[in-house]
Amino acid sequence: MVAYLIRRLLATIGLLFVVSVITFSIFFLVPKWAGATPDSMATRYVGRTATADVVHQTAVRLGFTDPFYVQYADWAKGLVAGRDFDMGTSIEHCPAPCLGYSFITAQPVLPDLLDRFTVTFSLAIGAAVIWVTAGISIGVLSALKRGSLVDRFSMVIALAGVSMPIFWTGLIALSFFSYRWGITAVGGAYTPFTQNPALWAWDLMLPWVTLALLFSAQYARLTRAGMLETMNEDYIRTARAKGLRERTVVTKHGLRGALTPLLTIFGLDFGLLIGGAVLTESAFGLNGLGKYAVDGIRANDLPKILGVTLFAALFVVIANLIVDLLYAVVDPRVRTK
Amino acid sequence: MRTKRTKAFVVIAAVAAMGLSACGGGGGSSNSNNGSGGDQFNAALESVHNASDKKGGILKLGQAGDWADSVDPGNTYYGYSWDFLRTYARTLVMFRSAPGKKGNELVPDLATDLGKSSDGGKTWTYTLRDGVKFEDGTPITSKDVKYAVERSFDKGVLALGPAYFDAMLNWPAGYKGPYKQPDANTDSAISTPDDKTIVFHLKQPFAGFDYVAQLPQTAPVPQDKDTGAKYKEHVVSSGPYMWKTYSPGKKYELERNPNWDPKTDPNRKALPDGYEITLNMNPDDVDNQVIAGDIDADIQGTGVQPAALSRVLSDPSLKSRADNPTLSRLWYTNMIPTVKPFDNIDCRKAVEYGMDRSSYQNAYGGPFAGGDLATTLLPPTIPGHQKFDLFPAGEKGDVDAAKKALAACGQPNGFDATIAYRAERPKEKATAEAFQQALKRIGINLQTKPLPEATYSSDTCGDPNYRTQRKIGMCVYGWGADWNDGFGFLSQLVDSRTMRPGAANMNVDIPEVDQMLDKAMVEQDTATRNSDWGAIDKRVMEDALIYPGVYAKAVLVRPKNATNVFVNDAFGMYDYLAMGVQQ
Repeated sequence: MVAYLIRRLLATIGLLFVVSVITFSIFFLVPKWAGATPDSMATRYVGRTATADVVHQTAVRLGFTDPFYVQYADWAKGLVAGRDFDMGTSIEHCPAPCLGYSFITAQPVLPDLLDRFTVTFSLAIGAAVIWVTAGISIGVLSALKRGSLVDRFSMVIALAGVSMPIFWTGLIALSFFSYRWGITAVGGAYTPFTQNPALWAWDLMLPWVTLALLFSAQYARLTRAGMLETMNEDYIRTARAKGLRERTVVTKHGLRGALTPLLTIFGLDFGLLIGGAVLTESAFGLNGLGKYAVDGIRANDLPKILGVTLFAALFVVIANLIVDLLYAVVDPRVRTK
Repeated sequence: MRTKRTKAFVVIAAVAAMGLSACGGGGGSSNSNNGSGGDQFNAALESVHNASDKKGGILKLGQAGDWADSVDPGNTYYGYSWDFLRTYARTLVMFRSAPGKKGNELVPDLATDLGKSSDGGKTWTYTLRDGVKFEDGTPITSKDVKYAVERSFDKGVLALGPAYFDAMLNWPAGYKGPYKQPDANTDSAISTPDDKTIVFHLKQPFAGFDYVAQLPQTAPVPQDKDTGAKYKEHVVSSGPYMWKTYSPGKKYELERNPNWDPKTDPNRKALPDGYEITLNMNPDDVDNQVIAGDIDADIQGTGVQPAALSRVLSDPSLKSRADNPTLSRLWYTNMIPTVKPFDNIDCRKAVEYGMDRSSYQNAYGGPFAGGDLATTLLPPTIPGHQKFDLFPAGEKGDVDAAKKALAACGQPNGFDATIAYRAERPKEKATAEAFQQALKRIGINLQTKPLPEATYSSDTCGDPNYRTQRKIGMCVYGWGADWNDGFGFLSQLVDSRTMRPGAANMNVDIPEVDQMLDKAMVEQDTATRNSDWGAIDKRVMEDALIYPGVYAKAVLVRPKNATNVFVNDAFGMYDYLAMGVQQ
């Protein structure tokens, strides 16, 4: 197990390296291939009446005049050993893991990311609880009552849930629940969990439900399909023949077997959401990682973009690692192998 | 994946606009102003709406997104930032806090009077008022103003502010600013004979230096409190308010500065007890909250979002709460004379005559949200604006005149060309398509080319090599004045010496215009100088290098619970310094 974890950890580091090189290349190499010079790139980060001298100073300050590999090495060094930044009156040390400072606002990226992460994590965890609970329950029910009215109705709802884009359901939900009926908080409301857990949940209820609607529909369909397959397996017949209660057969043997593919997709979904639920955050005005990434992209602010990309990649990898480890817990056949 | 995310974001904005316009009809429309005077459209353009001298309350402002650059007066270049910072920073000179054209008048702020020039406009002297203090009670001296200007020189640390002082003052050779050269003698650029006097020494005479002295970079900074790039985290106040909360991306709060003496400040009433700015709000939510009265204004002041716009314009009671100022901004399209056949003036004239002007206006949202049809470069808000139309073509264009110009250009059957626009701006896309449709009538076949906004003026449309290689003959663009004066608008737009990738001037290279600019800059008589700006405008238009589209306008919603509301022409938005809270 330890060897396995070490292998996965090394693979994660390798993946993050590749992701960062690709992001760096898109930012620096692609414009260069299109004819951009260090000075022309620096014009994005100066006032609009800046003189050529000022533009060049900025290009030097941001490292654009250095070769690509030097720029990358500087950035990577910050990640593992920290970096020093000239604030004018003082040299500020940015401790490892240093993701640098915004090219525009000169704000350090990591504290911003961690701050935004709490919003995105709050959104993702609440929505995940809802969609897993609702999706699996509906899926199991549909599978057990196959062909019934409940099954058909559930699957129609599920199909509708999958089909409706989040920005549409989000806005519709906002317009009714917030603006028209005043039941939930208006867009952009977020109270930290540590400040007031009840208000935290209340503020996020609408985004949670909206986001969960999309995912629970997928999970319901997947659970139903998995359950239908599992419930026809020989070991289910054996379990019933042993005289086990139907509830035990369904939950302990049937559902458990159907959970493996669900777990796989959950790892991917949750990891991606942690990297930023762009559409949900934008629709509800939540200042999470997704919005941070969009702001960074719009402003061509590389340190922000790199920071979010690495964060997202890291969480996708971590979520998948946890899922891999959970396989053994969920499915005894994996343990045997 | 990143591209998809950006696209998705744009889609959200569009759908949000449609969705909320359809669903949000209920709230806010029943408003009636609870202050003095009735509400009516444009009530706060020329006069003070809901005038009151009552103090108290917190003025609440909201912003979609984070602060655009910095709250450090030495490192900011956004109009709303310049408007707002007057609450905590005093400059040598400022625009009068008054409605209408009075807002364009310069008045002394920290200084006792406007600048006194000598040496033919090469030397400018200001004297500081008695009794002016920082928030900690330390007296403000001329050395604090000098240091503030010096630090703004170091664009390696403070990159975002204007560079007029850098370019105009007679800095010692090789000067790098006080961070890198703390002991440098800069008396050749700025001298301070005593604690009350500051003298600016220019390389060349400039008659309008008071406009430069009003820049936020003259707000005093105590050297021992300066933390360079981190100074924004606690700007030391010289105005009636000081920083209470600086929480980037979330919230800014200002409270009263106990060491501000109203006797030293005839320009500020300081009515609210403080200001509260909520950042990173959803853009539509900002509008909804202003309409509902939950916040007092969208601090960015660029106009309501499309969703609220349709509500405001269609609901009489909401419209009566709206103001529609003309901004000192022109939406226009460049014609690139180094790309054939735009090297021929008659081909450029064919575009000037052939374009359907009203379609340009429609592309920007019509006469209210878009603006008025333009025939000149200088918007009417800028002193020196002269009304003329060198290519009279009515609202729909003059096809016959355009065809004659095409014949004179040697392209009687028209030609093929490419028009570029900033991909992230739907209005510019609509403009390019409007050109495409209108010019098709005279045989000009335009191919539209979206280009990324972030690199538009630096690497693509603003880069002569890129334009020539890709044969981009037209570039849709826009420009706003740094301050409401001919120099503040034209110098960056038509002076060939400012041309470089990233600059506003992409195509105007007329030596005669450069000479006219040099002459106007030293003209001491204001009326003559203003007349010179108008003449420059006309001279540039004669070469048909720019198609002026619309003088920009914005639809603003007046606060429900604020007093002393008016649009200051200097900023083209509500004057946040003057506003109070309804008691």
